Amino acid sequence: MNNREPFRPSKPTAGSPGTPFHPAKPTARLPGAPLAVIAELTHRCPLRCTYCSNPLQLQPAANELDTAAWLEVFAQTAEMGVLHAHFTGGEPLLRPDLEQLVRGAHDAGLYTNLITSAIGLNDRRLTALEEAGLDHFQLSFQDSEPEGANAIAGVPVHDKKVSWAKRLSNGPFAFTINLVVHRQNLDHLEQMLAFVESFSPQRVEIANVQYYGWGFENRARLMPTREQVDRTIELVTAFQERMRGKITVDFVLPDYYARYPKACMGGWGERLLLVDPSGDVLPCHAAKIIPGMRFANVRATPLREIWESSEAFQRFRGEEWMSEPCRSCERRTQDHGGCRCQAFLLTGRAEATDPACSLSPDHALVTERALETELVKVGAASSEAKSPAWNYRVNPR
Amino acid sequence: MDSGSHPKLARGCKLRTREDGDYLLMPESMLRMNRTGCEILKRCDGAHTVEQIVAELQTVYAGVDAQKLSAEVDSFLARLKERLAIVEV
Repeated sequence: MNNREPFRPSKPTAGSPGTPFHPAKPTARLPGAPLAVIAELTHRCPLRCTYCSNPLQLQPAANELDTAAWLEVFAQTAEMGVLHAHFTGGEPLLRPDLEQLVRGAHDAGLYTNLITSAIGLNDRRLTALEEAGLDHFQLSFQDSEPEGANAIAGVPVHDKKVSWAKRLSNGPFAFTINLVVHRQNLDHLEQMLAFVESFSPQRVEIANVQYYGWGFENRARLMPTREQVDRTIELVTAFQERMRGKITVDFVLPDYYARYPKACMGGWGERLLLVDPSGDVLPCHAAKIIPGMRFANVRATPLREIWESSEAFQRFRGEEWMSEPCRSCERRTQDHGGCRCQAFLLTGRAEATDPACSLSPDHALVTERALETELVKVGAASSEAKSPAWNYRVNPR
Repeated sequence: MDSGSHPKLARGCKLRTREDGDYLLMPESMLRMNRTGCEILKRCDGAHTVEQIVAELQTVYAGVDAQKLSAEVDSFLARLKERLAIVEV
């Protein structure tokens, strides 16, 4: 018994038990241990979603890490203090060793999260995942309506997903439904919210498309209108209120319409590391688009060394790389200058302030794009016919 | 939360400790916990009642006003319940 132990349960701030998480000081050259590892097990996928966050340059199957190499990744990340392991792809279920990898991560002490379309799941694999210790299952939907969903996915898989969602609402895992929203489906958001609610998941994620990779290619058809965004905020806020204590509702705004940029990845090299199918280690999903970046590989270098000192992780870590208006901005410790990949995609300069920021000298690149979206909308009743065709994601060799 | 109810960490929620502190892990999010929060959560096992948790904490935090302690535990659990990290069994 320690009678000098101070009694300090969390500060009673709204909805935030415990001390809020404070990331490592942004100026620190050696950050704390990462909080999460994103394991892109494969880039292969049965779906062809037009907003896939995978890079345009997909890793071929022949480059994929084998079972032993992935198990080594989880052993090393757990040893570093990593807490969450996110299993994603492509479609992680295409790896026949998924269950074995989940078990390895779980046994190493990691919290295991599977991000999937459920295509490739069956009763046997569901049981195996449960026995392997899977903690959380995230199923994504393209729409509430089969027609719209299948048009986005490029394959008719909607009905199959619906039947898995019904199964998973009663366990055996914590269950999230992720709903990706964009111009093509936001006009029936109310219907989509009722649809996800009907499965009673613990958590719902309403995520606007992010414009990298395939989403950037299809920006002209995916970008919502201002009116849609305003209506979305209204509906989602009401939904969050109604679901309080029943379903956790997380909402990702489209940052083209935000005033300030998102704190991408919680800061470059501050909280997360991503291992791609070939074992290359990246600070974020899209980092390979930035020219001149070299990525260390887990086959050759220990993960701790990659995290602490590799060129790719050091490049935009902290604040030294920043120029104005970020450098003297008081928000720099919150948003870390926004997203490096978006800055590069829009301005050609990865070190620029994210143009999603209203303080960026390049902000017009974002507002003009939003304005074009408005013009397409009012321009013609047949605007869809004039929009470019979908650029569907392909499969790697 | 009723003093006789048995709080328990919800499915998909876990308490983990690493070098820089204690974390409550939840689906795709986490909360850093201080020592006291951790002492409460460790006892949210579905076996302890709220009343029993408070009684045990009184031995850990001797000298803290019992009523204050009980109110703090209540509000802590209520907030985690609203976040769906705690269920009552």
